[in-house]
Amino acid sequence: MVPLSWYMVLSMVVFAIGVFGFLSRKNVIIMFISIELMLNAVNINLISLSHYLQDMRGQILAFFVIAVAAAEAVIGLAIIIALFRNKATVHVDEVKEMQG
Amino acid sequence: MEQVIMNQLSYPILSTVIFLPVLGALLILITRRSWELLTKWIALGTSILTFIVSLTLFTDFDKSTHKMQFAEKFSWIPDWNIYYFLGVDGISVLFVLLSALIAILCVLISWDSIKTKVKEFYISILLTTSFMIGVFCSLDFFLFYLFWEAMLIPMFLIIGVWGGPNRIYAAIKFFLYTLVGSVLMLVGIIVLYLYAGNTFNILDLMTKTYPYNMQLWLFWAFFAAFAVKVPMWPVHTWLPDAHTEAPTAGSVILAAILIKMGAYGFLRFSLPLFPEASKAMVPVMLTLSVIAIIYGAVICFAQTDLKRLIAYSSVSHMGFVTLGIFALNTQGIEGGILQMLNHGIVTGALFLSVGIIYERTHSRLIADYGGLATPMPIYAAFFMVFTLAAVGLPGTNGFIGEFLILLGGFTANKLAGVLGATGIIIGAGYMLWLYQKIFFTEVNKKVMGLPDMDIRETITLIPLIILVLWIGIYPNPFLDFMHPSVQHLLERVNTGGVQEANIAKTIMEVIR
Amino acid sequence: MKLYLLIPFLPLAAFVINILLGKEVLRDKAHWPSVLAVVGSFIVTITSVLPQAMAGKVINEDLYTWMLSGTFNVTVGFLIDPLTAVMLVVVTTCASLIHIYSVGYMHGDKGYYRFFAYLSLFTFFMLMLVMGNNFMQLYFGWEGVGLCSYFLIGYYLNKKSAADAGKKAFIVNRFGDFGFGIGVFMIFLTFGTLHYVPVFANAAGIAGQTVNFLGWNVDLPTLIALLLFCGAIGKSAQIPLHVWLPDAMEGPTPVSALIHAATMVTAGIFMVARCNPIFNLSEVAMNTVAIVGAATSLFAATIAITQNDIKRIIAYSTCSHLGLMFLACGVGAYAAGIFHLYTHAFFKALLFLAAGSVIHAVHTNDIQEMGGLKKYMPITYAVFVIAALSAAGIPGFSGFFSKDEIIWSAYASHSSVGKLVWLMATAVAFLTPFYTFRLIFLTFHGKYRGGHHEESHGHGAHHKEHHFHESPKIMTIPLILLAVGAVAAGWVGIPPILGGGAHFAKFLEPVLGHPEFHGTHAEEFGVMGLSTTIALIGIALAAFFYLKRTDLPKKLAEKFIGIYKISYNKYYIDELYDFTIVKPTMWIADKVLVAITDAKIIEGVVNGVPGAIGKFSEKLRKIQTGLAQHYGIFMAAGAFFTIALVLLLQ
Repeated sequence: MVPLSWYMVLSMVVFAIGVFGFLSRKNVIIMFISIELMLNAVNINLISLSHYLQDMRGQILAFFVIAVAAAEAVIGLAIIIALFRNKATVHVDEVKEMQG
Repeated sequence: MEQVIMNQLSYPILSTVIFLPVLGALLILITRRSWELLTKWIALGTSILTFIVSLTLFTDFDKSTHKMQFAEKFSWIPDWNIYYFLGVDGISVLFVLLSALIAILCVLISWDSIKTKVKEFYISILLTTSFMIGVFCSLDFFLFYLFWEAMLIPMFLIIGVWGGPNRIYAAIKFFLYTLVGSVLMLVGIIVLYLYAGNTFNILDLMTKTYPYNMQLWLFWAFFAAFAVKVPMWPVHTWLPDAHTEAPTAGSVILAAILIKMGAYGFLRFSLPLFPEASKAMVPVMLTLSVIAIIYGAVICFAQTDLKRLIAYSSVSHMGFVTLGIFALNTQGIEGGILQMLNHGIVTGALFLSVGIIYERTHSRLIADYGGLATPMPIYAAFFMVFTLAAVGLPGTNGFIGEFLILLGGFTANKLAGVLGATGIIIGAGYMLWLYQKIFFTEVNKKVMGLPDMDIRETITLIPLIILVLWIGIYPNPFLDFMHPSVQHLLERVNTGGVQEANIAKTIMEVIR
Repeated sequence: MKLYLLIPFLPLAAFVINILLGKEVLRDKAHWPSVLAVVGSFIVTITSVLPQAMAGKVINEDLYTWMLSGTFNVTVGFLIDPLTAVMLVVVTTCASLIHIYSVGYMHGDKGYYRFFAYLSLFTFFMLMLVMGNNFMQLYFGWEGVGLCSYFLIGYYLNKKSAADAGKKAFIVNRFGDFGFGIGVFMIFLTFGTLHYVPVFANAAGIAGQTVNFLGWNVDLPTLIALLLFCGAIGKSAQIPLHVWLPDAMEGPTPVSALIHAATMVTAGIFMVARCNPIFNLSEVAMNTVAIVGAATSLFAATIAITQNDIKRIIAYSTCSHLGLMFLACGVGAYAAGIFHLYTHAFFKALLFLAAGSVIHAVHTNDIQEMGGLKKYMPITYAVFVIAALSAAGIPGFSGFFSKDEIIWSAYASHSSVGKLVWLMATAVAFLTPFYTFRLIFLTFHGKYRGGHHEESHGHGAHHKEHHFHESPKIMTIPLILLAVGAVAAGWVGIPPILGGGAHFAKFLEPVLGHPEFHGTHAEEFGVMGLSTTIALIGIALAAFFYLKRTDLPKKLAEKFIGIYKISYNKYYIDELYDFTIVKPTMWIADKVLVAITDAKIIEGVVNGVPGAIGKFSEKLRKIQTGLAQHYGIFMAAGAFFTIALVLLLQ
């Protein structure tokens, strides 16, 4: 039996990788994948805790997260495509229309 | 509920007076843009009708009580305990009447001078009138604040759209100045609301006592709103700009009604809600008032612009008003209220008069005039009466107000009374200087052959002349309105303290 | 029907009629309402009010409540006692005659109706002033006459000097009224009322009380009396507020006669006399009144001897005589002061009107441009001489009796400054005849000296000597009537020592009291003889200088150029005020308040705070880089710190 803390550590590591990837990579696709990593880290957390606590609500919430992630992926990719069409780039540091 | 007398008339008079102008504005809204004359007549008709309706307040007012009269109360937003609550007492009733009268004159004086966006102009004038009357009638803080702020919008438009060359600057300055003050007052209102157990009812709030520290903070919060409106020194600089750039009607409304609201606010809210703080702040307020009187008067000598000069003289005159109010005795406060009325009449009239020649010459520079008494003798005579009233000559209304104020001020604090009285000397100096520059000496080429006032202009000024002389010769009908309310106010302020420090009586007893 | 109400309100009605109808309807008949009204007032005074007052009846009635606020209650009401009756006689008599004279003098002027309207309004205010039964009404009339004075001085609208003079009169008077107003406040604070009767009844109770006024402990009666006297100084043109009166001569001459000689300027003396119960309580105040009066009297007389403007000379003479009246009040001889007020009204109005007659003929005010007018204007000359003799105090003329009484009162009174002011008054008794007869000799005697400027102003040709003619009857008849007054008015007050009954002083005794004198008959004769002799010497000297040795004045002036310049330039008082009050005020207004306080300090703060906020946000907006990753870093860092904080605090 794998102890709970292993799952926790895994989740944390995956989440940290996601955060680091999101903050450090310039390619918007990689950033997008990093976000997915973070979401999945949360899912690992939810499911392992659900199993540990014998409470199904955690797994239900994980399904929600997967569904939302899918929806988000659709919108995000659409935005990326629109961005690429207009700017011919997927590098975020070249997109700063919102600069103050 | 025993502190108000509900409206006994068959119709809700205060609501009628408040919303008739709105109705007129709606009517104008649906008239066709090209029918300018109809627009004007609707505006004139509505304002006259409003005034006629409001006259009932003058005749049916019960002068023997301090209670709120003609009251109307309906639940409006029950969740927050907000009521639609109106009523007038001896302090506010005269301002309702004055507002209604000034609206007529503003419509009349703008008849020919406003040529662009006529429809919107009259809508703005009518809405301002409505909101101003609303401010004076509200007995619910929420409603009061609503009217108080709403009034800024049409006023902002009047200055910003139909004003002089520098109108945008003036309009924004006016708006920001007053808004900053009001926001602090809003905070104060909310604090009161929470402290007093979720009520916006002004009369209920007035019966409660607040801890001294809280009074002090709230006094200054309200002070911010009222001092800007008055305007007291040193927050007066918006006034000259706003007056100078506003169209004639705008200046008249500003001078006659809008800046009275500050002083009215002190009387209606600051004194009864925070009596201890008010008493503690008397030295500060008297100092600021005296500075305003002298500062506003002396600075007039350096003005080259007619409207600017009158604007600064307003600062000086309103200094008298605040001096009277914070003398905290009967003469001072009654004089203050009367002087607010007088200043509305006289300064309103002066701005109307300036508007009349501005229409002819399109110049506000004093140097462009001279010898005007020769081509326009009737105009000169009218202007003379208003000048004399501004100077405070016995027989005009200005004298009664200033005398009572100075008497009250002198009773409260001799130095304040003496220094305030110097304002009268300086006042005579600049007003006569102005009059001489405009009307006497050799006739300036620019004014040669100007036509004298026509019927419309004469009619505009005649009611004001009548009021100037009436209040000057027989002020009691007006003072009678105030006695019970002022007495009640002073009792509230002095509760727990000594009754009105009537030095005169004490000394008389010593003598006997 | 209260008949006395007609006295003030008839002129008011005339004013209203003239203002409404004068320009369009009445035009050159505009004098009718005014003249009829004032003559009506005169008749009511003589037939109704005066007999009642003689019979010892005092009327004190309120018309209506004027102002009511708390304990402050004033009415419009009337008090008619002997003092009021005397003033009414003076005002209505002089006003009637001067109204009639004006019909001729102002004939054909384009502001004819306006002139009479103002004159009526003035009469109304003056009558309200003397008839009021409280200080507020006094103040009402006080300011009202000042206003009419302003209108009438500046009557010639398009003349800058006239407008300046009117404004100056009004503002200088405001300085006096400032003190007067505060005096009224003090009276209210002390007595709780402003009505004469209770105030004077309780006046004795405040003797010796002190009050804290602006940080000083001062004697209450002294304070009130001196504050009231401030008003009198302004209105009656005493040092240091005398500067407006000579300039006021810019107005038409009848105005100078009515307002600036006979009536308005005497309001100050009336007020001091009216308030005698208060003044009597304070020796300091009494001495101040006496000294200011004596000083003004002497001071104005020394200026008058070098002036060349016919009206200004008479104006300074008025200042001087008003000073004498104050002197009398200051030594406690109020009745003597009022007596001089009464005789002075006649002879001074006469002097002005006669001067007006001269000006009417020669169209100049400069006596150096006149001369030899005696033969062209015999009536004017005759009345002028009568008025001058009366002013000079030559025995038999009315001025003699009143002036003598003042000088004797000063000598004989208990006042600690009595002897000093007596000396000063005697000096004035010498100077008055000197400058008055200098005026007469230069104007009427010798040769005509005018006309040499004729080329410079084109239409001057008709001013040539042979065109001079006596004024029309409508002007000369009032002159003759006033001349009768200037001779005989004083006969009601002949002192007992000369076989008279001093009826005048006895009549006023209920109001003004009776001063206590110490002095023998011999002393009284001595004082009288001295002042009369000195007056005669004054006339003789004037005759010597201006008839015999006409070169001498110029030589003397050149020799004592310093003194002459000081006198000629009126001691540079105007310049002093200009330098110390007018200029600094303007400078402060322009250079300090507008340029620094308003523009820099207040607007600096007002525009500076938003400016500072703007600068800060300018910096702050740099944080918004537009890069999503930067925002992400902030979020992550924020979340990290928040969680860390929560964990640490647990």
